Amino acid sequence: MKKKRFFLVLLLALFVVISGCSNQTTDKKKEDKVVQNKDLILATTTSTQDSGLLDILQPLFEEESGYKVKTIAVGTGQALEMGKKGEADVLLVHAPAAEMELMDSGDAINRKRVMYNDFIIIGPSSDPAGIKGLDVKQAFEKIAAANATFISRGDDSGTHKKELAIWKSINVDPKAADNYLETGQGMGPTLNVTVEKLGYTLTDRATFLAQEKNLKDLTLLVEGDEDLLNIYHVMQVNPEKHDKVNSEGAKAFVEFLIDEETQQVIEDFGKEEFGQSLFFKYTE
Amino acid sequence: MDLLIGGFIKAWQMIISGDQEIFKITWLTIKVSMTAILVSTLVGIPLGVLLGLLRFPGRKIVLVFINIGMGLPPVVAGLWITIFLWRSGPLGWLSWLYTPTAIILAQILVSLPIVVGLTSSAFQQIDGKFLMQLKALGATKGQTLFLLLKETKVAILAAVIAGLGRILAEVGAAMMVGGNLRDETRILTTSIVMEVSKGNFDVALALSFILMTIAFIITFILTFLQQRSGSSR
Repeated sequence: MKKKRFFLVLLLALFVVISGCSNQTTDKKKEDKVVQNKDLILATTTSTQDSGLLDILQPLFEEESGYKVKTIAVGTGQALEMGKKGEADVLLVHAPAAEMELMDSGDAINRKRVMYNDFIIIGPSSDPAGIKGLDVKQAFEKIAAANATFISRGDDSGTHKKELAIWKSINVDPKAADNYLETGQGMGPTLNVTVEKLGYTLTDRATFLAQEKNLKDLTLLVEGDEDLLNIYHVMQVNPEKHDKVNSEGAKAFVEFLIDEETQQVIEDFGKEEFGQSLFFKYTE
Repeated sequence: MDLLIGGFIKAWQMIISGDQEIFKITWLTIKVSMTAILVSTLVGIPLGVLLGLLRFPGRKIVLVFINIGMGLPPVVAGLWITIFLWRSGPLGWLSWLYTPTAIILAQILVSLPIVVGLTSSAFQQIDGKFLMQLKALGATKGQTLFLLLKETKVAILAAVIAGLGRILAEVGAAMMVGGNLRDETRILTTSIVMEVSKGNFDVALALSFILMTIAFIITFILTFLQQRSGSSR
């Protein structure tokens, strides 16, 4: 009986100690926030996180500027939406047409070009639709004509927007096809679906290279078309429209990204592991 | 199969090499989950006792909501908490979004109904004759409560174990309200999702082994307590 109660008390004490620790740390953090507003919310695309680029850039920026970056990696559509609501301070995205809407509405300011890589079309090594080496539009037309399996992001991301624009340019409604699948997820999970279904998909080169080790049955089929340029811009959320935004931190982040040294870090990223750059510097 | 073995080896490597990041993620997972279950237990058991013993108008409706709450999808909880905690939301001034506190809130929201619901059903099953007997023997209210708690110990610990299971399994809400921020709100489940989307299946597997180990140890202790108290009666 005594032993039993002892165990219960011990367990309770453990709970209290552990919860005590966690409360302390959160309290401390809150104090910091009130005093100096060091937190900076970055809304960005999944490709910058899934490729590993942010793991390199974020600590560099934090060390240099003293800000604490909270990176929310979502599709470009959602990232832009967060900017529009003032829920993020700075955006790093890749859907130029949609970005201009935010600039025009005054939700975002200080938009700067940062880097580019390119979209590629990948598919099964056997290439049933026969698209290898074609230009983008022809390739999409062939995929549609052959009713080949195509895996779409379907998540309103930059890549998804790009894909829809290509379908539109050749006047094909992809949703009408039986073999058009939408994952509604990031690029990484979508590549996993593509390899299981042995389909075609449009991907950014960085994520493809970073995950190629899991994609043995897929191969790069179409690349190098001017239409396939994938340009990333950074922009600040307008503090005049959204008063809770950390505009100084956002400004510092924009300047950090277009700084010559950072640009070189971006270009060097991936060279060692993949033998080529995943992103190329591209400031104005 | 190779992947499973690879994941297991990777898990050992990460633990043995003292990987700082893994340690942080694991510790945060433990801290957050324990805080959430502690709050759910301290609030949920008294509420469950009251709901089980008292009879008042509207009690059935309350029970209906508690029972719905037991099946509350974590993403729904996450969505609601996100909307409330947004800078533009009603609780935006707290700046809790993307902090461990937000994850704890979400976990409490999904585990509290389980603790309340299961505790109240345990108390509803207490034999009326037993209550009368206690009264006849002149037990005070405090003594009655103590004896009843002793009587339902097994069921109450089951409620805590079920709530804890829900908390440890939780990923959708933690992702939404925590944001999976490195060093801040990245817990085991959200890092597993992230590693899968990065295509690092071996790391994801390794993390899953660590998560399962934690779940095993805690559940083991609780089950041990539950069974000990049960058998000695």
